[in-house]
Amino acid sequence: MRYIPMTEHDRQAMLASMGISSVDELFADIPEPLRSAGDLNLPPALSEAELVRHMKALARKNVNLEECVSFMGGGAYDHLIPAVIKHLISRGEFLTAYTPYQAEISQGVLQSIFEYQTLIAELTGMEAANASMYDGATALAEAALMACGATRRNVVVLPENLHPEWREVCELYLKNQDVEIQYVPYDEETGTIDHAALQRLNSASLACVVVQQPNFFGLVEDVEPISDFIHQAGGLLVMAVDPISLAILKSPGEYGADIVVGDGQSLGNSMSFGGPSLGFFATTAKLVRRMPGRIVGETVDGDGRRGFVLTLQTREQHIRREKATSNICSNQALNALAAAIYLSLLGKQGFKEVAYHCLQKTAYLRSRLLEMTPFRLKFTAPAFREVVVAGEVDWENINQRLLKEGFLGGLPLKRYGMPDAALFAVTEARTKAEIDRLVELLGGMS
Amino acid sequence: MMNKTGVPLLFEISTPGRRGYRLPDLDVPEVPLEELLPAEYLRQQEPELPEVSEIEVVRHFTQLSRLNHGVDVDFYPLGSCTMKYNPRVNEDVAALPGFAAIHPYQPEETVQGALELMYNLSQYLAELSGLHSATLQPAAGAHGELTGLWIMKAFHEANGEGHRNEIIVPDSAHGTNPASAMMANYKVVEVPSDGRGGVDVEALRKLVGPNTAGLMLTNPNTLGLFDENICTIAELVHAAGGLLYYDGANANALMGIVKPGDTGFDIVHYNLHKTFSTPHGGGGPGAGPIVVSEKLAPFLPGPIVVKQGDRYVLKQPEKSIGRVKGFYGNFSVLVKAYAYIRSHGAEGLRQVSETAVVNANYLMHHLKDLYDLPYNRHCKHEFVLSGRRQKEQYGVRTLDIAKRLLDYGVHAPTVYFPLNVEEAIMIEPTETETKETLDRFIAAMRQIAEEAETDPESLRSAPHYTPVGRLDEARAARQPILRWRKA
Repeated sequence: MRYIPMTEHDRQAMLASMGISSVDELFADIPEPLRSAGDLNLPPALSEAELVRHMKALARKNVNLEECVSFMGGGAYDHLIPAVIKHLISRGEFLTAYTPYQAEISQGVLQSIFEYQTLIAELTGMEAANASMYDGATALAEAALMACGATRRNVVVLPENLHPEWREVCELYLKNQDVEIQYVPYDEETGTIDHAALQRLNSASLACVVVQQPNFFGLVEDVEPISDFIHQAGGLLVMAVDPISLAILKSPGEYGADIVVGDGQSLGNSMSFGGPSLGFFATTAKLVRRMPGRIVGETVDGDGRRGFVLTLQTREQHIRREKATSNICSNQALNALAAAIYLSLLGKQGFKEVAYHCLQKTAYLRSRLLEMTPFRLKFTAPAFREVVVAGEVDWENINQRLLKEGFLGGLPLKRYGMPDAALFAVTEARTKAEIDRLVELLGGMS
Repeated sequence: MMNKTGVPLLFEISTPGRRGYRLPDLDVPEVPLEELLPAEYLRQQEPELPEVSEIEVVRHFTQLSRLNHGVDVDFYPLGSCTMKYNPRVNEDVAALPGFAAIHPYQPEETVQGALELMYNLSQYLAELSGLHSATLQPAAGAHGELTGLWIMKAFHEANGEGHRNEIIVPDSAHGTNPASAMMANYKVVEVPSDGRGGVDVEALRKLVGPNTAGLMLTNPNTLGLFDENICTIAELVHAAGGLLYYDGANANALMGIVKPGDTGFDIVHYNLHKTFSTPHGGGGPGAGPIVVSEKLAPFLPGPIVVKQGDRYVLKQPEKSIGRVKGFYGNFSVLVKAYAYIRSHGAEGLRQVSETAVVNANYLMHHLKDLYDLPYNRHCKHEFVLSGRRQKEQYGVRTLDIAKRLLDYGVHAPTVYFPLNVEEAIMIEPTETETKETLDRFIAAMRQIAEEAETDPESLRSAPHYTPVGRLDEARAARQPILRWRKA
């Protein structure tokens, strides 16, 4: 086998040194009827060349985003990815390491996580961040559970304009912990949370209110009144944020958020059909010991040299077992590393530019659509990187026609109960020419 | 390894005005910011991102990488983590634009290759496990455990047995097992091990009952021992109306040799980042697909891929528990695991497991005279020694032995786990190591056993040749510094 260096000679020598005559002896403690030797029904082994040919053939059955221009978002975005990232995360010392349990030979991973934690804390305006969660959806579910633990209350408020998949994940995590979910509707006109409806909730039992910023429709929420409401009620403000938007939008820290989560795919990670990305998770100093997941901290060695270790581990499953804050063990470290490299390459100025370009290009698409086509906007609130376009058309059919022209159109919202609408995303990767062409094509299809 | 000069933090090398990436110029007409967003929505305090050039970023992370151990660097016998070689061709194929540059919401007809791969991977995992249907959605082993427990719960509730609220977990179980049971709101009941390292069947007999939802077990267990009573255990749990969950962390021992489904398990998770060689990336991403028996298939989280004629479509199972993660799982990890299975075939996977078991027994045989071996039987893919003797006779703890091993250029085994072995040292060599590497590890462990006797202080102060010396973990926890701050 390609990856097994043991030769027949090695095997014989090793067995002989153990006083064993055959490999079967090592399996003799397995009752005979349980052994299903050799009857696996799997396709025959491929050589490297055959494998590559096979995989390329499979890959060719997909239309990839190098072959078309994507205006699709809804939680996965076509941002520019600096070339450096893939080279650095491919270094074997990062790629082939386990969780950094032995700190003295894991300073590379540990320091990069410390830097990642700092970057996330800076972006969100929070005190501390963990080393990553599986994705934005699971991070949000764990944030809601953490809020219940911290407040000793068991009602979580989710907005109806939360990403539908994140909502589903939260429902599963929360209902199995006997947490009650109350939904707050969005205003049909603005597309943002209906503050009056929120005020009508019985506030005494609320553990937290979740706000997604920008929300599933790409619209910017007015968070201040929500923050005031939930804090007066003695609950926590949980924000699920898009990381790119944080370069421009008021930070969760500035809004007084208690727990902040989000999905980090936008930060230098490829879309890969939806995964792996990473979930980020940040909180206040007060709540840090309730956080799920790995946390890296700074310390010193015997000579006073700075070093980094996994810390506050008494929250974790391998120490606390059923009393842990979460069951999470493996996280998305390599994706978090990609995010850290992305943010350091972009830096203060470049990161602001990414957000600014998204905002301006989305505004351009919106104004061109309104000018040049009969389509209208579904909602009136300010948009960041996505816009919900409405019109009495079959959006799936429109997308099929767009695809023939080399465009991946917006996400049809039919499956979310909005048959007349589609969600278009415009990142900094789109050009004016691409936007103009899309508008032209849509104009011909309305 | 490196000389002992630390790498400064990115923030410490920041110089105003530098940048490492340039965007294309903005080519659309600009609208004043205040026309797009109300002033009160705008950020006041800007984030302190570092300002560094591309070469500084490349050197910074390259220097950091050189402070790190990985399978690519040297031996990594971390028990229960299956640190085998990660084939590079699998990285290449996962990076093909047809896999890496596809959007999860593309129309199904434009992602038929991705769906076909997921469908076939599900079939392969079902074949390996001897069970019926899979979900590829869970992002890691612990996530698979939680998914499996939610399915268990939904199944019992559908049968009018929602009162079943106890999950039985052996004292040797991975910490994720009880933690996952807690996340699913189950009560954890611990069953002790017997004198041969397996589940104490008599104790189990007393623990199962009308409240038993299920038992979580890894087999071979965390001692690396195959539980010979597995059929009796399964009968006891099933007779009580419970289900059996297989923690697949140790599946590298049994591919093509035993199908967990044949031994009575109803739900199995696989750690693709262990058994199927996808790299751990310093802690993730992994993938923890689960496979279930036919009666549990309707409860799987969705969507899953089904085949209709010659088309592959995404479908929600009929009584699905819902969704455990955004989109469909850690797809590129799935691509790598698929490639690994296709590279091996049935016979290849069997050879993987056989070789992993030979290597583990070889190490165990040549170390058991110097370190205590609590259970002296043939092991499977891993085994557990105890540093009890070194602690009692020379005041050298297992932690000291582990730290000293770092000086020999190898990663330490898993230590202080499983919890039912004092001063535990859990060693898993995997099948991808040469005999020479194994011999070098044996020599290092023998040398360390001698040092414990002759120069215990050199162990207590180890490591000596690593980029930093032994780090003060207590201080890190007492006065947490979890981020850099601008002075």
